Amino acid sequence: MTDFKELTILEALKLLEKGKISSKELVEETLKQIKKVDPQIKAYIYVDEEGAIKSAEEADRLIQKGEKKKLLGIPISIKDNICIKGLPTTCASKILQNFVAPYNATVIERLKAEGAIFIGKTNLDEFAMGSSTENSAFFPTRNPWDLERVPGGSSGGSAAAVASRMGLGSLGSDTGGSIRQPAAFCGVVGMKPTYGLVSRFGLVAFASSLDQIGPFATTVEDTALLLQVIAGHDPKDSTSASVEVPDFLKSIKEHEKTSFKIGLPKEYFESEIDSEMAKIILEIIEKLKKRHKIKEISLPHTEYAVATYYIIAPAEAFSNLARYDGVKYGFRAESKNLIEMYKKSRALGFGKEVKRRIMLGAYALSAGYYDAFYLKASKVRTLILHDFLEAFKEVDLILTPVTPTPPFKIGEKISDPLQMYLSDIFTIPVNLAGLPGISVPVGLTSDNLPVAVQAIGPHFRDELVLSLAYQIEKEVNKKFVPSILSE
Amino acid sequence: MAISLEEVYKIAHLCRLEFNEEEAKVLTEELSKILDYFKKLQTVNTENVAPTFHTLKVKTPFREDEVKEFPYIEDILKNAPQLYERMIIVPKVVKTP
Repeated sequence: MTDFKELTILEALKLLEKGKISSKELVEETLKQIKKVDPQIKAYIYVDEEGAIKSAEEADRLIQKGEKKKLLGIPISIKDNICIKGLPTTCASKILQNFVAPYNATVIERLKAEGAIFIGKTNLDEFAMGSSTENSAFFPTRNPWDLERVPGGSSGGSAAAVASRMGLGSLGSDTGGSIRQPAAFCGVVGMKPTYGLVSRFGLVAFASSLDQIGPFATTVEDTALLLQVIAGHDPKDSTSASVEVPDFLKSIKEHEKTSFKIGLPKEYFESEIDSEMAKIILEIIEKLKKRHKIKEISLPHTEYAVATYYIIAPAEAFSNLARYDGVKYGFRAESKNLIEMYKKSRALGFGKEVKRRIMLGAYALSAGYYDAFYLKASKVRTLILHDFLEAFKEVDLILTPVTPTPPFKIGEKISDPLQMYLSDIFTIPVNLAGLPGISVPVGLTSDNLPVAVQAIGPHFRDELVLSLAYQIEKEVNKKFVPSILSE
Repeated sequence: MAISLEEVYKIAHLCRLEFNEEEAKVLTEELSKILDYFKKLQTVNTENVAPTFHTLKVKTPFREDEVKEFPYIEDILKNAPQLYERMIIVPKVVKTP
């Protein structure tokens, strides 16, 4: 009897190959789990039961024929800002409530080509703007470790779905921490690859110079496998990099015992971190000292990252979201006058946080404020990037906390936007610099809430980031299974 | 206040958004608080620092200008708010000359 609650993608692939389980069983088990726990967690916006079972039957036929693919028969979920042809892509916004994706994102094409099965679309903060998934226009998602708490965001649905085993993996998007922070809050692995490594074609744009698609899974190996499938150059995305993609799984095995030079940025550790969390993280660092050279480094412009980000990201969002005007698709409010139609469609279609950011972006770009806000932030971004480039002359990788606190309560920060923004302080610099970063769980607080660390690497050294995460996972040697699964 | 109620209304118009009085007042306070926080950037010396708009050193790629079939017309029509046969009805978006 297979225990589906502890199954990884790699284990499932072996069982499928040996004929011990079928893809259909795997998908039915996943759907059963969704029916059981999702009424409480609410990770999914849309479940494609029929489509998933059909794809599983097809996968089973291919497996019987002996066909080999990297993810053949594996059920995963997709954040609802990534297009799957024929399924809704709402971005958790009323303005796209009835939008059905007319084409596949490149990542979806790649996953499909390797036989992955899409279970459904996961909840997010509207247009990926938020850190708690409370900004979804439909409903908030709850943290599987404590239903009173947020799963993080914006990819909170994906993180919660993987943590509660409603699918073996997921894809999210990360603009300022939207994969790593929810992964940390839900006790799963989540990775933001180097900007340009994964095609963004078919990802609904929020802030184009920061957005990146990345994987969630319960183990580093599964994360590496998912990244392997989605990474690579795509002519449909002009920011997609023409780089050779290494064999990530092979790479992390080769680096299993490699000694790295790891930098701990003092600005991160000197800031206000929950003391219990800090203790758990420092214990891990002590253990890492056995193999690795650990040294303190400085990233002097860290304290300016949140301000820089919340100017640049809204400025880009202001421009990207101009397309939602009620004209050719999406929600249209009735009005006789054109300008009124635009205003009413957008006023009714967008939620509070999205409007707040559009306004901030417009202000930062407007005449008289452009130099003081947008241009200034873009220059400080150079300094933040430079901090990292200097650090990587001394160290191979950087290790930090992912969040300043464990998951907070639903409602705790939603009425104070600035407090919510500050919760992204450790993840934002990585996006501003375009670097790869991963969140890997390392322990639990006395309240049974997950604690994670973040490994950051140089541009296009995603294999190093995964390798350190793999070593940390081995060192921690613990399965993170929320109690809701044994109820 | 870093931003006035009038400015909020003016920017809302530029954003093609509208807010009632209560919403606009709350937004003025929230935005002011956030803009005050942004002021910390003014203390950073950025003399002779070039802005970064993009972290990758890639140039805009070019491709051949070839005609390719577009297979998603039916799917796109399904998303239109209003249709007339196979045409999307849109409000008049240009002024009469």
